[in-house]
Amino acid sequence: MRKITIFSAVLAACAGVAQAEALRIDWLERLVTPPPVLSNMQATPDDLGHAGVVLGLGDIATTGRFTGQDYELSSTRIAPEDDFLPAARALLADGARVLIVKAPAEDLLALADLPEASGALIFNTAAPEDALRGTDCRANLLHTLPSHAMRADALAQFIVLKRWGKLVLIAGTHPEDQGFAAALRNSLAKFGLTLGAEKTWAYDANMRRAAAAEVPLFTQDLPEHDLLLVADELGDFARYIAYNTWLPRPLAGSEGAQPVGWAGVVEQNGAAQLQNRFRELAGREMAPEDYAAWAAIAALGEAATRAGATDSEALRAYLLSDRARIGGFLGRPLSFRDWNGQMRQPIPIVTERAVVALAPFEGFLHPGSELDTLGSDRPETDCTAFGDPK
Amino acid sequence: MIRALLLTTLLAGPALADEIWVTNEMDDTVSVIDAESLDVIATYPTGERPRGVTFSRDFSRLYICASDSDAVQVMDPATGKILHELPSGEDPEQFVVAPDDRLLYIANEDDAITTVVDTQSRKVVAQIDVGVEPEGMGISPDGRLQVTTSETTNMAHWIDTETHKIVANSLVDPRPRHAEFSPDGRQLWVSSEIGGTVTVFDTETKAEIGKIGFALPNIRAEKLQPVGMVFSPDATRVFVALGPANHLAVVDAQSFEVERYILVGRRVWHMAISPDQTRLFTTNGVSGDVTVIDLATLEPLKTIKVGRFPWGAAARPTP
Repeated sequence: MRKITIFSAVLAACAGVAQAEALRIDWLERLVTPPPVLSNMQATPDDLGHAGVVLGLGDIATTGRFTGQDYELSSTRIAPEDDFLPAARALLADGARVLIVKAPAEDLLALADLPEASGALIFNTAAPEDALRGTDCRANLLHTLPSHAMRADALAQFIVLKRWGKLVLIAGTHPEDQGFAAALRNSLAKFGLTLGAEKTWAYDANMRRAAAAEVPLFTQDLPEHDLLLVADELGDFARYIAYNTWLPRPLAGSEGAQPVGWAGVVEQNGAAQLQNRFRELAGREMAPEDYAAWAAIAALGEAATRAGATDSEALRAYLLSDRARIGGFLGRPLSFRDWNGQMRQPIPIVTERAVVALAPFEGFLHPGSELDTLGSDRPETDCTAFGDPK
Repeated sequence: MIRALLLTTLLAGPALADEIWVTNEMDDTVSVIDAESLDVIATYPTGERPRGVTFSRDFSRLYICASDSDAVQVMDPATGKILHELPSGEDPEQFVVAPDDRLLYIANEDDAITTVVDTQSRKVVAQIDVGVEPEGMGISPDGRLQVTTSETTNMAHWIDTETHKIVANSLVDPRPRHAEFSPDGRQLWVSSEIGGTVTVFDTETKAEIGKIGFALPNIRAEKLQPVGMVFSPDATRVFVALGPANHLAVVDAQSFEVERYILVGRRVWHMAISPDQTRLFTTNGVSGDVTVIDLATLEPLKTIKVGRFPWGAAARPTP
């Protein structure tokens, strides 16, 4: 087993304040070899997610200087060819209780199911699967990345608002594409919309050369529509669909107007400051995975400060309580759903250059929080690990 | 000849009146409103993204935080000309002038620093490390305590103006935006935008003595986001701007009870009271206007269109 420990940093607090025990936070990353995509012009950054942790830690450590709370970050990356579980087990044996994890769903679940992880607090910052928030939910697992369902609901609300009644969908074949496509179908049904047609993109031609010839043909038999939905979560083919369709129609989903947890174009509600700090640190735009990791740290900092405790049980209890109100630069406080551990957040719908809209939208009402119109709500949850739904 | 003309203009032209100056964040301008006629009588260009705005205590200078220009600009309010800039540190957002009219305390949002600038020598006197994203700036009437609030650290930092050292840190609810001392200096009020509360501290003990929440029918609690605050001229009330709730709360300064809510424009940020103490002016960011409220009846009188995204407001008595 080859475990790569990137660095371990102890952030010292200034003298003169009562010293509490340092809160150890572990960044645990499962490196994966991504499947090939048609264009490699926009490489995935190596520090995706981790940069959000580093930024968040700087923020809460500054607060900690004044409150007398130290934080200690330990980062572990596990190479694609190595086994995930032994490394995770070693971390837990070493005392890790609070883990920020970037790993595929199966690794995440294996980690959460370890007996020694039963009292740990694990944040999922990279796996969007709805099942992780439903039938496969775990009591020790919170999610700061929005689920497929949350993003799809945000887009569906936007479509209702725009009164775009005629819709078609093109989905890729990767499990991620299929997961998002399924979420889109559910959301359209939930908000009273229907799909006129659906096609699967299984081309293996080189679209960098052939898009202008192939895409018009591929889209020619689609019925009349207002909006073309695409599920291409790996960023493989959808970029070649835009402007090559038979009918000139806008795109939404994984391309065009995209519902995302975060994007570099988010600037309202003080977000410009967060973006500036992130750019200065990482030299690139802040992506949804970075934001999810940052939000996990921000939530931990808030919980440690307000609950006055650093053990994972107390932190979890605070975050799942209705006292949690975390500033997340999206105009409304972030908090966690106590029925499945998902973080509540507004979902920006963005293009490359601007925020088109911010879900949830006016008129989508909810007896509790409007944010719960996005994703799996309490009455419909399949999650039972968090106790009886209230 | 010119002097004679000027004199005639002064005598025959519209009577000079009290003014309200408003920064337009997205237009890079300030709008000058005649507090009597309620007309916009001038619009002057500023640096990029002007936010905080305040007059020197003798009203001879207007200080403007041009956040994206990384500058505090000094304007001659008689001409609208930018006279010079002060060394401000990066991304100045808000500031407060000391009672001696000499020192300016500036929140540098990107640097987690409070910068103290001597407005006469134009030199930085001190820089004080505070929490992440400092914004709200208050100073006690006797000038001894300056308070900087930090939005991401969620604290009010109490700074001794003699030593320029932090003497206390008070935790408040998430995202504090504004700090305001009561006119008698005994209390400090801090608004928390994401927390949705206003916390009141005793200045002497720095202990929390009250926390004010807000509630409006048909408006989500999470939209009740207190930002700007101003004391009424007789100090019996505090007006609290509730941001995207599009209302002001009128809070009894004694009981800390909310007396009533006043509907204003969209995304209300900050306020200024006319020098004759009869009217309150609010900046409404999203609707791009200013609501004028009669302080006697607490009823809105008029809405005045200004530039895009008005943010800060400051009042100047008849020159």
